[in-house]
Amino acid sequence: MSDEVVAAVADAHRREWARVFATTAHLTRDLDLAEECVQEAYAQALRSWASSGVPDRPGAWLTTAARNQARDVLRRQAVLQRALPRLVADESVPGPEDALDDDRLRLVFTCCHPALSRDAQIAVTLRLVCGLSTAEVARAFLVPESTMAARVTRAKKKITVARIPYRVPSPDQLAERVGAVLEVVHLIFTTGHTAPVGARLVRRDLVDCALGLARMLHLLMPNDAEISALLALMLLIDARTGTRLSATGRLLLLSEQDRTRWDSRLIDEGIGLLTDALRRRPPTRYAVEAAIAAVHAEAPTWRHTDWTEIVGLYDVLLQLWPSPVVELNRAVAVGLRDGPQAGLDALTPLSADPALAGYGYLSAARADFLRQLHQWTQAAEAYEEALILSDNDVERDFLTGRLGEVRLHL
Amino acid sequence: MAKYLLLIHGDEREWAAMSAQERQELDEGHRAFVAAAGAAVLDARELEPASVATTLRADPAGRPTATDGPFLETKEAVGGYYLVEAGDLDEVMGLAARLYEASAGHSGVEIRPVVDHG
Repeated sequence: MSDEVVAAVADAHRREWARVFATTAHLTRDLDLAEECVQEAYAQALRSWASSGVPDRPGAWLTTAARNQARDVLRRQAVLQRALPRLVADESVPGPEDALDDDRLRLVFTCCHPALSRDAQIAVTLRLVCGLSTAEVARAFLVPESTMAARVTRAKKKITVARIPYRVPSPDQLAERVGAVLEVVHLIFTTGHTAPVGARLVRRDLVDCALGLARMLHLLMPNDAEISALLALMLLIDARTGTRLSATGRLLLLSEQDRTRWDSRLIDEGIGLLTDALRRRPPTRYAVEAAIAAVHAEAPTWRHTDWTEIVGLYDVLLQLWPSPVVELNRAVAVGLRDGPQAGLDALTPLSADPALAGYGYLSAARADFLRQLHQWTQAAEAYEEALILSDNDVERDFLTGRLGEVRLHL
Repeated sequence: MAKYLLLIHGDEREWAAMSAQERQELDEGHRAFVAAAGAAVLDARELEPASVATTLRADPAGRPTATDGPFLETKEAVGGYYLVEAGDLDEVMGLAARLYEASAGHSGVEIRPVVDHG
């Protein structure tokens, strides 16, 4: 089999899974059956495209293949299928071709329904909407594969048995339900952006999945300011991804990154979306976070970053979304505005917050200010603490390097 | 359509200590629920407190043996139920949200799909 066909199928998997799966699920009204049929369609593509070539519209080819597969199975199981609980969909659906985008949207809202736990929402969204394997989802969220498999199975069963509707919520519920979807998308993005464990800093598959979901939501609901803001936030952060590692694979801080290599296309798109979102509605949590990312994106150098603006934005963010992690980021910004001693003072009360007790970034931030103040012994202790709390190899290498520098002074 | 049992759970001490106004709000919640659900309500009962419950379970020899009290010793007990028929979970959640117990803080409404044996 040629590499070209394998690459084309992989590409179609990344781009088209949600569309193919959602349309098939709409036909089968059975999530397990839809999964089997879509997997079979991708397997058929590997075989068929090798001889007949990659089709012009791979997504349409795969959708047709999956639906034919589903029709065969449904015909064979006609009696059985009638006795099984089915997905509840609106009866008044448009024809299948018009319904493509609506189906994907329905699927996302079904997977992120508030009757499912947040863990279950993430699991089924990654599995069903993004097409990640259970093993991949388990690895990203640090749970054993068997646990993740059980979580996905249980969530799918609940969707069917409790009759969680396969439907875009009514207008009066939409704002509330979009919020839950965006939280899931944001969690997927942050988990991918700095993988909590493993050899790689970035889980590109998760980042792409989150961006894909946000782009789809934005396309289908272009007037929702909160969707625009989240997409802007993710684009502005992702614009820096290519500069977060040195040629030797060392983690580069924002202060060390080559800003000329930041993706200006993503930055422009992000700032455009953010401006639009802010024009339409008072700032939401994601809009303020995006604004902070935009201040960084627009600073010509680290030294010229407008820390006063950033501290002010963190103050607004704390009002909208009080969280110990936001307080931590604000304290770091205070240190960058007013000097390391001010930063350390701002961090001190946070050390008593139990929510941050196991949070390595607090230790790392303290270590950095202590290092700048030449308090070598305490800095070394703080780096050691941060190392205990990090499981990402790239982050650990960075902290080990800094610890070594600090120890030279002891 | 599917059937759901709405189990109303609550802390019996909190229920017993409710003020006249809270009782009135509770009653209004149930009236609003029944008005909205209409014929979808197939059955509904309020239950006597768990303190008068009797539980039968097997003794070591496998014979049913009575014990005083509810099956599980928890602070929260079932205080009543509705059996309703609805198209999907959103519909039931929308109805059940009208019940006082869904927002009182010391109680809750558990929505359980009923097995359809065809």
